Amino acid sequence: MAAREPRSIAGGAGGAAEAASRVTVAPRAAVRSPWLGQALENERILGFLLLSPTVVLLALFIAYPFVKGVWISLTNATVGNPGQFVGIQNFEKVFHDSIFQQATYNTFVYTALATVGKLALGMWLALLLNRHFRAKRLVRASMLLPFIIPTVLSTLAWKWMFDPTFSVLNWSLYHLGLIETRIGWLTDPTMALMSVIIVNIWRGMPFYAISLLAGLQTVSPELHEAAAIDGANGWQRFWRITWPLVLPVTMVVTLFSVIQTFADFQLVYALTGGGPANSTHLFATYAYQVGIVTGLLGEGAAVSLAMFPMLFVIVIIQLWYIRRVEGA
Amino acid sequence: MAAKRIDRRQFVRISGAAAAAAGTGLDAILSARRAPAYAQGSKLHLTRWVDFVPAGDEVLAKQMVEAGKALGAEITLERINANDLQPRITAAVSSGSGPDIFHLLHNWPYLYEKSLVDVTDVADPIGKAQGGFYQPVIEATKVGRAFRAVPHAIVGGQIAYRKSLFAEVGFKEFPKTWQEYRDAGKKLKAKGYPIGQTAGHTFGDAPGFWYPYMWSWGGKEVEKDGKTVAINSKETVESIKFATGFWKDACDEGGLAWDDASNNRAFLAGTICATLNGASIYIEALRNPDKYKTDKGEQMKSDILHAANPAGPKGQFHYHASFHHGIMSYSKNQKLAKEFLKWLHAKEHFEPWFLAQKGFSVGATKIWEEHPMWKEDPVMLPYRTAARAFQLFGFAGPPSAKASEAYSKYIVVDMYAKAIQGMSAEDAAKWAEGELKRIYG
Repeated sequence: MAAREPRSIAGGAGGAAEAASRVTVAPRAAVRSPWLGQALENERILGFLLLSPTVVLLALFIAYPFVKGVWISLTNATVGNPGQFVGIQNFEKVFHDSIFQQATYNTFVYTALATVGKLALGMWLALLLNRHFRAKRLVRASMLLPFIIPTVLSTLAWKWMFDPTFSVLNWSLYHLGLIETRIGWLTDPTMALMSVIIVNIWRGMPFYAISLLAGLQTVSPELHEAAAIDGANGWQRFWRITWPLVLPVTMVVTLFSVIQTFADFQLVYALTGGGPANSTHLFATYAYQVGIVTGLLGEGAAVSLAMFPMLFVIVIIQLWYIRRVEGA
Repeated sequence: MAAKRIDRRQFVRISGAAAAAAGTGLDAILSARRAPAYAQGSKLHLTRWVDFVPAGDEVLAKQMVEAGKALGAEITLERINANDLQPRITAAVSSGSGPDIFHLLHNWPYLYEKSLVDVTDVADPIGKAQGGFYQPVIEATKVGRAFRAVPHAIVGGQIAYRKSLFAEVGFKEFPKTWQEYRDAGKKLKAKGYPIGQTAGHTFGDAPGFWYPYMWSWGGKEVEKDGKTVAINSKETVESIKFATGFWKDACDEGGLAWDDASNNRAFLAGTICATLNGASIYIEALRNPDKYKTDKGEQMKSDILHAANPAGPKGQFHYHASFHHGIMSYSKNQKLAKEFLKWLHAKEHFEPWFLAQKGFSVGATKIWEEHPMWKEDPVMLPYRTAARAFQLFGFAGPPSAKASEAYSKYIVVDMYAKAIQGMSAEDAAKWAEGELKRIYG
């Protein structure tokens, strides 16, 4: 319609030049309105338009749940009851809760030991895989199995291996003459925490190994050869050449791992449910028990959000360190 | 696509029938030759636990088809792990969508009161027709004046034990007191057959054992007012001290990490001499007599008996898990859901399921005590009248959402578990007191 009207006007008594100009303008308007064209010429508007899908997605799937979580933590909401605003009452309650305090302690121990374990073993594995040997590709692929298998499935297998009565580990150790009484993998509070850490290391180590292997392959062999000619032994070559060069990759991998480990849920939930006597509860499992199982949504959200500032500080320190390392 | 036209005559006929149906009820519906609105291809979704007696679920699966035909609806039975029921309910209520009917345990109707439909009109006639509900079941489901769930069944908790093993250590009858039970267990543990009991985070056996154990010593969570926390008492501390010795002397110490199925496996594998449980161990041994055998090669089923809890200084106490069906308030098929529950709980439809249960689950109403089934197997007799006397979480106060919260957080179970792990009895009671005050305060 927009193209027809100017033509009908142009066919009137006006001059030929005027008619021609009108005719040339009309098809453009049919493709794009003038204001849109002008708007898209503006870099700010164009930038905003291009970013907007991402902004909408982030707002819907990250910002909204986060803000909603913060709001719920400030209410006394329970299942089926939207609740009323109660300020920071839930946070006061959980900070005085001994189970929460234990979950906090457990989470830090779990994250620290699991991260160190994964880093050490992942690095060791990466160094081994960086060498040339037969069936290297097959070994590399099979190494990823713990990472590929669904966590709940592999954790159930571990649950059987740690079973208080039918543990295959205890059976093997006993028949090898290494133990005389059963090891309480999941019954002793300290051993239970260690057991979930062992499973976490087993599951997370391939992620470290593959990532660090990628880093190792960027290290020029000439550096090692030169150092070897100068008389550096294996440890010195690792410490003086390999480690500084893979440090940036290591820091990024550790950053991701810390975030995942700190907020871990399914492994502990499937293996111990937080027991025995809360000795393996982490932030996420306790938040789930309070908020989802018990139905105290406000209190559960407060437990869940309590990990945010702690994780935030850890991440900030790590990012600051990564920048320093990269800037050096 | 051409739309089907309705002419003026058809419109008048259909709308007239609908008006007549609304005005005059069933007669009108029949005369209109149309089924009620909910029966026209409506769908109903029931979520229950995975039954420890598979035959019960098989009967229910068949009954879903029968009920579907009778009510003109498509009825889906979904079965999930009992430990996952509460998370599922929370998710469904929060999103306002999900199963129309949930399987509820214990006194959960208090926890989900605002999300459950008043089903007094369904529960009352069922109770009246079947000799009345057991009192604790009424207390568990009737919140205020309204039933928030229809009581369905009770899984009795009795101690399953190996009669030959107890006889070997001088107990021809099952121990009457906790002290006798500890003595027998100590001797049997020395022979490699400890008592098996969970003190872990699991929904049934753990609270089912430790709550009545505490009550039998005179311990209680709160006073009768349901507000004053009373767990840190001399009686509770004594019970904890005894429990730590009992655990060390007589129990399989792996029980700290057991779930509700662990003791079944251990018993049937012949590694424990006794455990508090529903009758599922015996029923499984009956189902597979040649699979489960004793060390002497005899069928395990012939060596199993059931007994009530031993008595403490204040008497003998029990907790039996009661199971109910609750209709969710977000359901768009509430009327159909009520009709379905009337159908499912009716005597003629409950009976096949009751028979399949073989006594693992008993009726929530008293009439089922008189069923001829009980004459078939004397080993199951202790379950027949078990439901007559038990009390609910939150004793000595009334059942409440607070009591459910304490149960869901395993406060009482963990009080004993902490002491078993080395905490002093006094500190364990004090810890539990602090946690309960946070809940009841």
